Amino acid sequence: MAQLSSNLLYAAFFLYLLSTVFYAVSITGRKFKDRAGTEKNRAALLGYITAIFAVLTSLGYFAARWIAAGFAPVSNMFEYTAALGIAIALAFVIIYPLYKNNYLGLFTMPVVMLIIAYASMFPREVEPLIPALQSDWLTIHVITTVIGQGILAISFVAGLIYLLAMIDFTKKTKKVKSMEFILFTLIAAVAYIVLGFGFGAAGYEAEFSYVNENNVEAELSYFYPPILGPNEGELITEQGFEPLVEMPANVRSNDANTVIWSVMGGLFLYGLLRLSFRRPVGAMIQPLVKNVNLTTVDEISYRAVAIGFPIFTLGGLIFAMIWAQIAWTRFWGWDPKEVWALITFLFYAAYLHLRLSRGWHGEKSAWLLIIGFALIMFNLIFVNLVIAGLHSYA
Amino acid sequence: MEKVKCECGHENPYGTYLCESCGKPLKEEEGKLANMRYEGTARRSQTYRKNVVDKIWNFFSSVKVGIWIIIILLIASSLGTVFPQEMYIPPAADPSVYYYQEYGTLGQLYYQLGFHNLYGSWWYILILAALGISLVIASLDRVVPLYRALRKQRVTRHSKFLERQRLYAVSEETYADPVQKLDEAAEALKKKRYNVRRENGHLLAEKNRFARWGPYVNHVGLIIFLIGGMLRFFPEMYVDESVWVREGETEIVQGTDGEYYIHNNEFIVEYYDDERDDQFQEALENQQDPVVETYETQATLLKPEAGGTIGSETDLEKIKDHDIRVNDPLTYDGYSLYQVDYKLNEFSKFTFALELDDEEIAGTEFTVDLNDPAMSYDLADGYTVEIMEYFPNFEMDENNEPTTINRVPDNPRIIFEVFPPDLDPDDPDTTGEISFLGVQLNEALTEDNEYAIRLTDADLVDVTGLTVRRDRTLPFLIAGGAIFMIGLIQGSYWHHRRIWAQHSNGKIIVAGHANKNWYALKKDFQYAHEQAGLPYPDDQAELNEEEGGSSENGSTKQ
Ligand code: HEM
Repeated sequence: MAQLSSNLLYAAFFLYLLSTVFYAVSITGRKFKDRAGTEKNRAALLGYITAIFAVLTSLGYFAARWIAAGFAPVSNMFEYTAALGIAIALAFVIIYPLYKNNYLGLFTMPVVMLIIAYASMFPREVEPLIPALQSDWLTIHVITTVIGQGILAISFVAGLIYLLAMIDFTKKTKKVKSMEFILFTLIAAVAYIVLGFGFGAAGYEAEFSYVNENNVEAELSYFYPPILGPNEGELITEQGFEPLVEMPANVRSNDANTVIWSVMGGLFLYGLLRLSFRRPVGAMIQPLVKNVNLTTVDEISYRAVAIGFPIFTLGGLIFAMIWAQIAWTRFWGWDPKEVWALITFLFYAAYLHLRLSRGWHGEKSAWLLIIGFALIMFNLIFVNLVIAGLHSYA
Repeated sequence: MEKVKCECGHENPYGTYLCESCGKPLKEEEGKLANMRYEGTARRSQTYRKNVVDKIWNFFSSVKVGIWIIIILLIASSLGTVFPQEMYIPPAADPSVYYYQEYGTLGQLYYQLGFHNLYGSWWYILILAALGISLVIASLDRVVPLYRALRKQRVTRHSKFLERQRLYAVSEETYADPVQKLDEAAEALKKKRYNVRRENGHLLAEKNRFARWGPYVNHVGLIIFLIGGMLRFFPEMYVDESVWVREGETEIVQGTDGEYYIHNNEFIVEYYDDERDDQFQEALENQQDPVVETYETQATLLKPEAGGTIGSETDLEKIKDHDIRVNDPLTYDGYSLYQVDYKLNEFSKFTFALELDDEEIAGTEFTVDLNDPAMSYDLADGYTVEIMEYFPNFEMDENNEPTTINRVPDNPRIIFEVFPPDLDPDDPDTTGEISFLGVQLNEALTEDNEYAIRLTDADLVDVTGLTVRRDRTLPFLIAGGAIFMIGLIQGSYWHHRRIWAQHSNGKIIVAGHANKNWYALKKDFQYAHEQAGLPYPDDQAELNEEEGGSSENGSTKQ
């Protein structure tokens, strides 16, 4: 069952890729006219059908893993992040028929792939549930939240398309720089994944013995060659490569090392693109979206918030409180995870007020939606891995 | 304040922007489009600007201010996550040094600014209060005029009103019988579940008006929720206590005024087993320590029998049995008992025996209950042992005197006095042999002791730590949360849409307004266009944009 579930996730990944290709063809390829002379866009239809199959396959992964583990697969970083990717695809499949906007497909599917690939960088084995997590309310809370976040992610994608289409990349403005930074972040994520798979396939692993923050001798594994070594680190394994810089004891040096690799890899890829095309990366993408209808994309982005915000609130705050009341004896405890869910809620509330009452449409709205999604990812990655430490899960 | 009289004869309150009766704009504004916010009615905050009350009212009713409050709350909340809050640092740590030790100067600053206890600080509460006040005032300011305007909408509208809507069109064709066209349009729109009204050649089709109340409903829910949260400050609303119960024992449930007792039948901890739970094999192998599957207290809730004396544990009546686990508290009468802590293998009884010349004297075994020791033990053959002093959790204090930290027998030490058959323990002039006993400790305190006391057996017991809660604010929070969600869904999943149509000189004029989701309104127009030949309107906001105008004028702001 566990094997089946991971095979289904691989299959889904390739279906998302296929769907991306179809959507790309639907936008760049020639349109076919049928005998009656009306334009038919077969590629878009194929893209949508493929997306539906991809979602079904992903749900197959989810169900198989649920059966194998005996509980919903949303309980560690791999499972939650993969679920987020699937939720984004699900949200797309629901929202696409409302607007039939192919640009949305072209941009959503790669985001889904990126997130699922990112998920698979975390340990993938089925982990037993500690008592606090054995709760139906937890399952309901997490699944509702992830669906809400998936729908909110669509607003981010629409916002991104809006900005890519309207920013004038010929001038060196703050907007251009901000957009380039966003694209760089995405590229660095790709670099992280590619390097991770690369070193993983090569079987790279280095063991260090080092002195940890409590002044105790401990061991640490590296899966990326050590540029940043641990405090008083000593290589145990024979795998070449001595660290260049030694980190202080209170920094988790193997994670810092991974970050360095990703940033360097990202800079390398980004620099390569800039040098070969001599244009901002955004300007390279812009021709793809030159025909997009800005009003429609803006409308989609808002609609996705209108649909996603109540679901996110229900899952991320209300069901979360019900679960916390049962598991932790109080519905609210001000732990970083909860606080950042509240911040996300307040942020989207501010967005709605700015839009409805202060007329923040179009560009301003799009920038806000990018920040909103950054908050969601921040809560998923940074709060889990850095602020809360390793004790917490998704 | 003077009234504003419209062409049509209607007298509008001061501050009205679109005539309440016919919709004709009463003030000229730049741009083509009418500002449809709150239907152009007069709002208190826009009308009175005189005294202090007006000023405060105007301040808090402003959405700009409301958004600032939300943003300030957001930033303040995030500051509290930079370092852990006081409640999450180790319980034994002193915060005044802990933050500096762990996080350096920044940590110290954090502590000095009071950010270690941010969410209970007066200024954080103040922001929440400002949010609540703003919600109340902003909602009141708008809901009344909006209600009046939406209730007494006239079907007959001034042509200027239509012209200034975002969706607007005049038919190219001139119809001989335009009224019949409107009849057809009415039929088509009814099929789309519009509520259609007609009045001397004018048509108003409207749907989902109730969605307009969504924001107000959700704000009311939020206010109730905030009030519920503030009620926490009244002590009688809230019980948060803990009880430790040893296996086999019964304790008063703290916080219930002796109304309830809890009996611990057994406490168990279960671990995952990589053979039984083979799906976790890989993960369990990577883990050095065993992973806990269950913490469970098999508990019985009891209460004193009616008529029994309060405080006597003998007359207890069983209420119910429940296996208390994490995620499965025992709940009764508003109280909940949660599994939160435990202690395995606490000493409960020590068994001793007397020895003479390293030989146990038959029949001299005796057992001391460490939680409730008897002071004197009569043994076989006339031997007696008395406890002179008992330290459940032994420690030497700063004067080097023996003392006990607390009543929990974590490190029990006993001073015994042994009376052989020839000594009378009741005679105040006799002293027996004195020795000091503990785990792996047997020290004679008198010289030349003939008898020795030997620890022969120790009984262990598990102790469960339960938290007792009763939270009378929960009903408010549940009601507030539910109302909030209803309002949120009502305002987000349905959208108020209106279509006006009229004829003039044989031409059909249409206009439409949606408070959001214009796309759906356009689709409805599309349908009416196909079914009834109603003209399909232009999106004047979109036209503006293409002409280089800003999309942020008037009516798109809705
Ligand atoms: C965290 C707090 C708040 C939440 C969650 C919240 C939620 C909402 C939501 C969901 C809407 C509907 C927006 C839409 O449909 O696009 C709304 C509308 C509105 N809110 Fe709030 N709100 C909050 C605080 C405030 C505050 C402090 C004010 C004070 C100025 C305010 C004033 C308004 C107004 C004037 C509207 C528009 C009402 C209408 O269209 O008739 N809100 N609010």
